[in-house]
Amino acid sequence: MNDKYETHEHDVIIIGAGGAGLRAAIECSASGLKTALICKSLLGKAHTVMAEGGIAAALANVDSQDGWQTHFQDTIFGGKYLNNWRMAELHAREAPERVRELERWGAVFDRTPEGKILQRAFGGHTYKRLAHVGDRTGLELIRTLQDKGIHQGIDVYMECTITRLLKDGERVCGAFGYWRETGRFVVFKAKAVVLATGGLGRCYKITSNSWEGTGDGHALGFEAGAELLDMEFVQFHPTGMVWPPGVQGLLVTEAVRGEGGMLRNNKGERFMEKYDPKRMELSTRDVVARAIYTEVKEGRGSPHGGCFLDISHRGAEYVKKKLPSMYHQFKELADVDITREPMEVGPTCHYAMGGLKVAAETGATRVPGLFAAGECTGGMNGANRLGGNSLSDLVVFGRRAGLGAAEYAKTASAPKVDAAAIESAAGEMTGFFGRSGAEDPYKLHLDLQNTMQSLVGIFREEKDLTAAITKLEEFKQRAQNVGVVEGQRMFNPGWHLCRDLHNMLICAEAIARAALRRQESRGAHSRLDFPQYDNYWGEHNLLVTKDGRQMKVEACPVVKTAELQPLVDDKKAKEKK
Amino acid sequence: MSTRVFKVWRGDSAGGKFVDYQVDVQEGMVVLDAIHQIQRQHAPDLACRWNCKAAKCGSCSAEINGKPRLMCKTRLDGLPVDQSVNVAPMKSFPLIRDLVTDISWNYTVNKKIPPFTPGADATFLMRQRDVDRVQEFRKCIECFLCQDVCHVLREHDLKPQFFGPRFLVRVASLEMHPMDTLDRLKLLKDEGGVGLCNITKCCTEVCPEEIHITDNAIIPLKERVVDKYYDPLRIVLRVLMGTGQDGGAAEK
Repeated sequence: MNDKYETHEHDVIIIGAGGAGLRAAIECSASGLKTALICKSLLGKAHTVMAEGGIAAALANVDSQDGWQTHFQDTIFGGKYLNNWRMAELHAREAPERVRELERWGAVFDRTPEGKILQRAFGGHTYKRLAHVGDRTGLELIRTLQDKGIHQGIDVYMECTITRLLKDGERVCGAFGYWRETGRFVVFKAKAVVLATGGLGRCYKITSNSWEGTGDGHALGFEAGAELLDMEFVQFHPTGMVWPPGVQGLLVTEAVRGEGGMLRNNKGERFMEKYDPKRMELSTRDVVARAIYTEVKEGRGSPHGGCFLDISHRGAEYVKKKLPSMYHQFKELADVDITREPMEVGPTCHYAMGGLKVAAETGATRVPGLFAAGECTGGMNGANRLGGNSLSDLVVFGRRAGLGAAEYAKTASAPKVDAAAIESAAGEMTGFFGRSGAEDPYKLHLDLQNTMQSLVGIFREEKDLTAAITKLEEFKQRAQNVGVVEGQRMFNPGWHLCRDLHNMLICAEAIARAALRRQESRGAHSRLDFPQYDNYWGEHNLLVTKDGRQMKVEACPVVKTAELQPLVDDKKAKEKK
Repeated sequence: MSTRVFKVWRGDSAGGKFVDYQVDVQEGMVVLDAIHQIQRQHAPDLACRWNCKAAKCGSCSAEINGKPRLMCKTRLDGLPVDQSVNVAPMKSFPLIRDLVTDISWNYTVNKKIPPFTPGADATFLMRQRDVDRVQEFRKCIECFLCQDVCHVLREHDLKPQFFGPRFLVRVASLEMHPMDTLDRLKLLKDEGGVGLCNITKCCTEVCPEEIHITDNAIIPLKERVVDKYYDPLRIVLRVLMGTGQDGGAAEK
């Protein structure tokens, strides 16, 4: 079906309008380039709003000893030394300026008694480091960037899903997609493209992620020839809601623990004493998630299969002031008054540490003209991300990718798109219609989620991972026949899911194959059959690349910087004590 | 497990009707869960917006049993058990399909509001009590339920003359920011149409973030506009001093 499509031409297009995409767009358009921001949902609704606890930056407003060096050390200790050191360094150095910039652009953070930006404690951070607005910091960040961006001449395209990147030889020169509202097709021609599409949590059954988190940027980049890094590391946030069933997986901010919340099992024991007596509830997320999972598995869980998280000792007024959305969330959705009684919480798939491999300074992938920032990239967080480091990641590397793409676009020749590639992309989308005996996309999605949840979850082992890969091969076959059971192209979620499945299957396979290859336990990756750290794997990341129709998984050494070695050695020595 | 009947509006701008669906009810279920179940089991093409499912993004606004609410926050056990659950799109915006409406007008209004403009010498030392009010306004998740319920927009459709509660809140968050230096009162009076609000507080009632839209945002803004443009004493003073209406930055 040769459908007509509209065409837009820009210097740079940014795919994804969360914190990273918005920040990249602001930087690009500030340098005078014609910049487009493409949102899968409406502007301002991206998953960044679900980042609650705060943005990590060594401002040293509360703990004056803090500095970028300690933030860097905490980040790579949290990442179990698999982080790209240069990224962790840039992040720690630049986060304070990005936070002050947000304030100049209108963000209103909570204040210290002296009137400065207040900072709170969080898991894995040595000092009180998270600038925050109660428990709705992500909303503050996205609204601030949104209001800055719309007055800067960025062309915003809302409810537009990109399904393919278009290439001119090796170079990326645009993207193909459809409008959610009409189902009609659109082609964006651009000298440079920034992917900022966020996460892939929809591959899992229990997740804090919205419908958008289908690994679009991971898959688009992978198919265009970029490398995926650290895909085996999927963060299960320790505290998601477990009851009622409809809200299972919904995030309970780490700020509850940052503000003094205590975890207990059904015997009333503060069980973190067994798992990390030094940091207790403010241990890193991988550790806390495994601890809760273990307590439940060994019969010490709460009635609905989680554990108890209690903040009631802080007093009603304090809790309502510092954790207002948690108060309302539990009160309205679970009939629990958290100022008086404990919450029930358990792990939920929250964040992908793995993603596109990019240059630390510019966000450039190995594909000319293709840049990336935020959750769809890998390297910054290593084997486990610290809470609060995602919002700072978005603004630090969003800005850098925006600059990188702008620099590239300034000297790049005009983009040329290939009519045959557009035809093929359109054919893929229209092909979902009119399949007789088509596979139901909702059913396939649920099967995928159940498989990833049970076989590639918090604890993994070879037989499960092998079984998962077999199942994924089967799902890929079924996906060939997935189709629209009902309706037309206008705002049809069933049709959209048909295409989203394609991306989720790429991500799921990359996760499972990398998880099988890493024969050790580290950070968010725990192997029952290899429960210890391994020295070789401690020095290597895994890269997943496209090799014909196959996925190639290979190890590569961790990116280190000689000047940072003393800081890393110092942290290792401290943690051994 | 019990079942309940949902009457969901299906159709587009050309027309449509309420369609009945049977939904299996689980404990603690919200309306959005039911909509998702309908999509999985009966109507894969049922159009609705949603994102966070946690009342933080403001995407899943609809009219449930005639009342503007977030679907993700409306529990079935809070709705009358002896009746079917009626789910319709927001009425004040043009319909796209099923539960999805065209809310682009809101984005156009937002663009008209001059952004935050701190002075070159702004210190950004602000006490918590000086930003409490602004933070209240900034809680807004842009669900546009206040715009949907506001009769200036809903019954009288005065969109070209009125910003609506959401964007009066937005203006208030800027006007009351301790470091902002702009004056948006003329905009409020003319294009913003702040005078059109007659304080029925319908917006405050439907706000899922419990922002005191009328009391804390709209009424203070009305007072500022009245003080500046309609206070007889000030008018006389202005004539005597020879200053124009917009003269004098000190007035803010």
